[in-house]
Amino acid sequence: MKIIDWLADEKNRGFVKKACYAALVLVFGADFFVHRHHVTFFWDGIPGYGAVYGFVSCVVIIIVSKAIGHAALMKKEDYYD
Amino acid sequence: MIEWVHPGAILIVGAALVPFLKGRIKQAYMLLLPVLAFAAIVAVSPGTHGVVRLLNQELVFGRVDRLSLVFGYIFAIMAFIGLIYGMHVKKDGEYIAALLYVGGSMGAVFAGDFITLFVFWELMAFASLFLVWLKGDKASDLAGYRYILVHIFGGVCLLGGIILYYSATGSIEFNAIRADGPAFYMILIGFLINAAVPPFSAWLADAYPEATIMGAVFMCAFTTKTAVYVLIRGFAGTEILIWMGVIMALYGVVYAVLENDARRLLAYHIISQVGYMVAGVGIGTEMALNGATAHAFAHILYKSLLFMGVGSVMHMTGKRKLTELGGIYKTMPVTMILYMIGGLSISAFPLFSGFVSKSMVVTAAEESHIGWAVLLLTLASAGTFLHTGLKLPYYIFFGKDSGIRTKEPPLNMIIAMGIGAVLCIGIGVYPDALYNVLPFPVDYVPYTAQHVVTALGILLFTALGFFMLLKKLDPEPTISADTDWFYRKAGRVFLKLAEGPVASADAYVGELHSTKVLGTAKRAASISLAFDLGVIDGLVNLAGWLTRFAAWVSHKFDIYIIDGAVNSVATLVAWNGGAWRRLQTGQLQNYALIFVLGLIIIFGGFMLGY
Repeated sequence: MKIIDWLADEKNRGFVKKACYAALVLVFGADFFVHRHHVTFFWDGIPGYGAVYGFVSCVVIIIVSKAIGHAALMKKEDYYD
Repeated sequence: MIEWVHPGAILIVGAALVPFLKGRIKQAYMLLLPVLAFAAIVAVSPGTHGVVRLLNQELVFGRVDRLSLVFGYIFAIMAFIGLIYGMHVKKDGEYIAALLYVGGSMGAVFAGDFITLFVFWELMAFASLFLVWLKGDKASDLAGYRYILVHIFGGVCLLGGIILYYSATGSIEFNAIRADGPAFYMILIGFLINAAVPPFSAWLADAYPEATIMGAVFMCAFTTKTAVYVLIRGFAGTEILIWMGVIMALYGVVYAVLENDARRLLAYHIISQVGYMVAGVGIGTEMALNGATAHAFAHILYKSLLFMGVGSVMHMTGKRKLTELGGIYKTMPVTMILYMIGGLSISAFPLFSGFVSKSMVVTAAEESHIGWAVLLLTLASAGTFLHTGLKLPYYIFFGKDSGIRTKEPPLNMIIAMGIGAVLCIGIGVYPDALYNVLPFPVDYVPYTAQHVVTALGILLFTALGFFMLLKKLDPEPTISADTDWFYRKAGRVFLKLAEGPVASADAYVGELHSTKVLGTAKRAASISLAFDLGVIDGLVNLAGWLTRFAAWVSHKFDIYIIDGAVNSVATLVAWNGGAWRRLQTGQLQNYALIFVLGLIIIFGGFMLGY
């Protein structure tokens, strides 16, 4: 419980952010050194593929979904009443 | 020695005793039922049990093999967790509905023929309906009606398919479907409706969020997973299912972005996760079917954990919309941590259960060289983390402080969530426990450096994207139109269309024309209105009246028969007690006299006998 409070504390925001960025760099970097035991598709061989694909996926999902939603799907809460 | 006790029967018959027990005994009894069912599944030997001959057909109640066993195990475990979670619930009806519902799914899983399958299939639909209705507000009444109408439609498709299948093959055995044409497709549609494959998926996101808190925990586990089981059994390797599964996985993600209701968001992610299983069935290799089964197993645990977490917040705050929640972590930290374990499991973080099950399906797609499926399923798993692991907990537990100050939920809820969380981590850390019960031998190692690093890359950079686009993701107080629009809105829209434009065109068109066009249109509109008022409303009212009548009868039954029986038993007991009390004078000599009299009678009896 203490850890959560500490993480949520404004004072530690800077450190938490730095730690998160460090984790991102670490994971991205590690992918350059990992032994690839199976490469089925061409993208399996690209270092950092997971990181790039994850980021692109996230952005695409948010933008495309919100676009579809605002264009057609989202209705007022009393729509069916 | 009894060769086999049907685990579903333990729950179904056991449900009948629930109203007669009270307090601790009732609670212990209810936990005993799934334990007994689990024991029955462990004790049974693989093979065919419980065969009943009926009208020259063999009904098989117990087809026990590795595939049905693994679903049996997880259903019993889930029933146990769910009943602990619902221990504080006061309504007997909820327990009975839940037990019948789980018993129905076990019956369906162990059924070896279509007739048995169909009967248990319908039991599931009707029992789960009450888990929706017992919430007892208008929204759940209406959602329940829509839920059962869709499932009746699905049941009719299935039954029609079964009849056609029987007339084509002369057999009601339930194995891989050997027919083509209408029989194949009708059975498939019946199954797909329960698996919530779009466009037949709207019932799930419509009804589950309106169920009772305990009801939703049960519902998220059984209906769709039983459907996955029957798809594995009947339709393994049906290529169209790969497409459907991938579409499902993405469909749920898109709706989850838009959703503001926490339980509906989770419901859309059931659709998304079942997509992986359906795709696995479509690929159809041993690896893929193992993956579908493993993912169903893991999914039941983490999805129920997520529903329990959100249910706890709902139980304590009475709210479930993201726009109305926020900052809850301060007062519900334990719930938050347990929820997050479910969130990390569904997101397939290394060391959590989703990592070892979901990746089997994706690897199976890789091995079968279906590149687009691999890419799109990976995309969907980024979406899973984005919503269930980031968006939902962020806006409920952190985010803008809503000012709500509450407490942790009751202990039984925390214990249930704790068991779920331990199992999620257990499977993630020691996957062989799960792999050993899968239908086919497993030759797969989830923990390789490449797999772990790629998975972490996808997940952490999804998180980066989430925080960068946080403003865009703020939940909006809206609802999203799904395919249920067609049966909730289309009729009304058609009426408006028929009246509006035609009426305005009236001014421009000659009198003759207008009488013809407008008259017809108006007539069409009025016929359709009359149909709506007369037939549809009539049916709904009729159903309403029937329900009320049934309630009235059961009320009378309750008052006269049950109460009467209870009263007469009580009177008998009181009378009996009075009689005995008079005998208990407390004077020793009286007791001695009775004792002696008894001895005399016994001896007398002996004397006369010999």
